[in-house]
Amino acid sequence: MSFWEYANPRKFLTTSERVLPLVWGLAAITTLVGLVWGFFFTPDDFRMGSTVKIIFLHVPSALMAINAWFMMLLASIIWIVRRHHVSALAAKAAAPVGAIMTVIALVTGAIWGQPMWGTWWEWDPRLTSFLVLFLFYLGYIALWEAIEDPDTAADLTSILCLVGSVFAVLSRYAVLFWNQGLHQGASLSLDKEENIADVFSNPLYVCMVGFALLFLALVLYRTGTEIRLRRMKALIARERLEG
Amino acid sequence: MELGKYADTVLSTYAVSLALLIGLVVWTILRGQKIRKELRKIEERGHIDG
Repeated sequence: MSFWEYANPRKFLTTSERVLPLVWGLAAITTLVGLVWGFFFTPDDFRMGSTVKIIFLHVPSALMAINAWFMMLLASIIWIVRRHHVSALAAKAAAPVGAIMTVIALVTGAIWGQPMWGTWWEWDPRLTSFLVLFLFYLGYIALWEAIEDPDTAADLTSILCLVGSVFAVLSRYAVLFWNQGLHQGASLSLDKEENIADVFSNPLYVCMVGFALLFLALVLYRTGTEIRLRRMKALIARERLEG
Repeated sequence: MELGKYADTVLSTYAVSLALLIGLVVWTILRGQKIRKELRKIEERGHIDG
């Protein structure tokens, strides 16, 4: 079976409806286990106190905010190259999810920053690129809504997605190549010395998997909705033509 | 479990984040159900093209 078979809307709908209950279930259980573990069963950090618990929301949401854009980029490239409608609709479906993840990352970061850095906001490279990424999400969603012809909307939003990818990359790597700003380096590292303690990293991994599964469930469900909406509009247009 | 002097900070981040996540899931499902119902209605009017 070829991957491209799922570019057929009917095939996508039947397959996604079969797997969605499992993905929703796994997403709910994993996210809940990760957050309960992180909130109730981890100690305070010696410097950050109980604010360390914010990491279990901040890191997974920031990760998904960036990865959602990369998923949209991949889907947009598939649309540009192969003209599969499902890929364009999947990118459209992912945008509000990515935008909410970006809001969560920004809000949790700001609330954490107030007691730790003494400020809600700083024009730090990572924070600023994240804010610009959020504005790109808003622009992307608005562009889809502003253009009536779905193929033209898919073309223009795909180009916007390519441009916005610069900020998705900046959001991810700004702390590495801009040696300035308040935001600390990555919390997780393969280097045991640099990685946060296991007591924090283990529930954090669970939360990251939970958020990724939640993103998958939401995008699969929303893509199905977009496919139905497109069919509905086509049927209404045909009804009007037939008088 | 004791959150100490940062209790407000920690609780408010969890409250805002969970409200946004739950809101997103509920909105996604309600919108999906509404469109599914409307599509079914249109298809039942006799414009099913396979």
